[in-house]
Amino acid sequence: MRLLRAWAAGLPAYLWSGWGAIASLLLLFAAWEAVSLIYGPLVMPDPRSAFGTLLGLIESGAAWPELAATARRAMSGYALSLVAGSFLGLLAGLSMTASMMSRPLVTVLMGTPPIAWLVLAMLWFGASDGTPVFTVFVAAFPVIFIGALQGTRTLDNQLRGMAEAFRLPRRMMFTDVYLPHVVSYLFPAWIAALGTSWKVVVMAELLATQDGVGAALAASRSHLDTAATMAWIAAVVGLLLAVEYLVLEPIKREVERWREQGR
Amino acid sequence: MSVSCPTDTRPRELRVDGLNHAFGRDEVLAGIGFRLPAGEVAALVGPSGCGKTTLLHLAAGLLTVQEGQVSNGFDTTAFMFQQPRLLPWQTALDNIALGLKAAGLARAERHRRARGIGLRLGLAPRDLDKFPHQLSGGMQSRVALARALVLAPDLLLLDEPFSALDVGLKEELYRLLLDHQAARAMGVLMITHDLMEAVRLSDAILLMAPAPGRIVCRFELDVPAAQRDDAWVYRHTAELLQNAVVRDAFGMPPLMTGAVAAGAPAAGEQAAETPVTGMPAGGSHASALRLVATPDPALARSVSRCGG
Repeated sequence: MRLLRAWAAGLPAYLWSGWGAIASLLLLFAAWEAVSLIYGPLVMPDPRSAFGTLLGLIESGAAWPELAATARRAMSGYALSLVAGSFLGLLAGLSMTASMMSRPLVTVLMGTPPIAWLVLAMLWFGASDGTPVFTVFVAAFPVIFIGALQGTRTLDNQLRGMAEAFRLPRRMMFTDVYLPHVVSYLFPAWIAALGTSWKVVVMAELLATQDGVGAALAASRSHLDTAATMAWIAAVVGLLLAVEYLVLEPIKREVERWREQGR
Repeated sequence: MSVSCPTDTRPRELRVDGLNHAFGRDEVLAGIGFRLPAGEVAALVGPSGCGKTTLLHLAAGLLTVQEGQVSNGFDTTAFMFQQPRLLPWQTALDNIALGLKAAGLARAERHRRARGIGLRLGLAPRDLDKFPHQLSGGMQSRVALARALVLAPDLLLLDEPFSALDVGLKEELYRLLLDHQAARAMGVLMITHDLMEAVRLSDAILLMAPAPGRIVCRFELDVPAAQRDDAWVYRHTAELLQNAVVRDAFGMPPLMTGAVAAGAPAAGEQAAETPVTGMPAGGSHASALRLVATPDPALARSVSRCGG
């Protein structure tokens, strides 16, 4: 509740500070328009027709089911990796041996391209929801795992000694010393993993499913409909930006106010 | 922690007897014994690595006693570390109130007490709402001192808390500490390797020597700390620095001037083997200067060792 109020109160100032970001986005649109003027609408439709197509898709109601299917898969995979990655990362961080052993494994996971996982997932799960959900999970898991692992590994011995000297009970040890520290590592990892999930799910859908934004992109590609392609891309990126900058970033600012530099 | 036990009838004092401690095969402390009654400020002085911090942690119950006895008859004990060690994610006010929260006090009450002591230690009201990284080093030290004093401890253990501060700040915090100490008859055991700080603040100075860490002698200062002026502190610090036992403990060569050094050969680095003038001479010399070396019975072993 306190968090919600702080979020609402900070929003106007935060949005105001976004003018710079909006200006640079408009520069991008200008470049986009320039490219479409030079190469013609088949290679690159101009922004107005792309957004017009998107508006048409939304008004006709065609956009929502696809977006909902994509969001459902992305969020399922993301939620799984969030729970498993946080929990296992914390556990591994508690033991020196476990963290030493898990590091190379996680590096292997991180280094394997998502497309390779997607091929495997298609063999295992076929055209079901399992394919994109699994691919998202595998792509997002190591990011969160590493965040949780580092959070536990870097717990400060000095603060622990201080907490002992002031005879903090076990519960306070957790809520006042361990948790805030670990969350400060976990939260950025959660945000990074969300971006990864959203990108990977579209890729997985493109190759493996019959519905969702990825499938719609595949269809527009086969119709050589670049305006629709750009419309779908704009929808996916816009949604990600909205979630990240309107919801997660303000929460992060509020939660990590103690990290702010300067005054 | 073998610290608080309000119902017992032990005297209000910290008593350490025959304390030995080792980390693995390294003997860190050997035969440590002293007594710190309520209202007394004692300084543990000695070169780096002579086990001062280990001794303080044993006294605080942060380490387990291996051999010997630590008995703490004070009701509440607070500890102040060398670094502020504040929780970076809590405001100064919440940091000060940490120990009260651990003791189960309600939020409003612990904030009221924390605010009171914070203001008394020279923190501005808006400083209390800041996070540690927004405060200067001196302000962080005040917060750390407030966090210890807000518990209204009977015994305060200090591990070189002022070593990183400038002279002006040190003086101010000394004064705040002494005011608080005198008002509550608090026992204070502090580590320092700054002899001037020890002479400025303490009623007794316990001199430690390394390898293994042991107390080699005890100086008593019979002028109340509040009545000492700068000249007094300088004079007695210089006095202490000329004392043969002190020079030996810090590995300094014996003085070559004056009667004291007349019989001493130039020994160079082998301080441990350098003959030092014995306690009696030091004692009679110092009593006129109010620095009294007392061969405490508990210290007899180590004193006789350093007295030759």
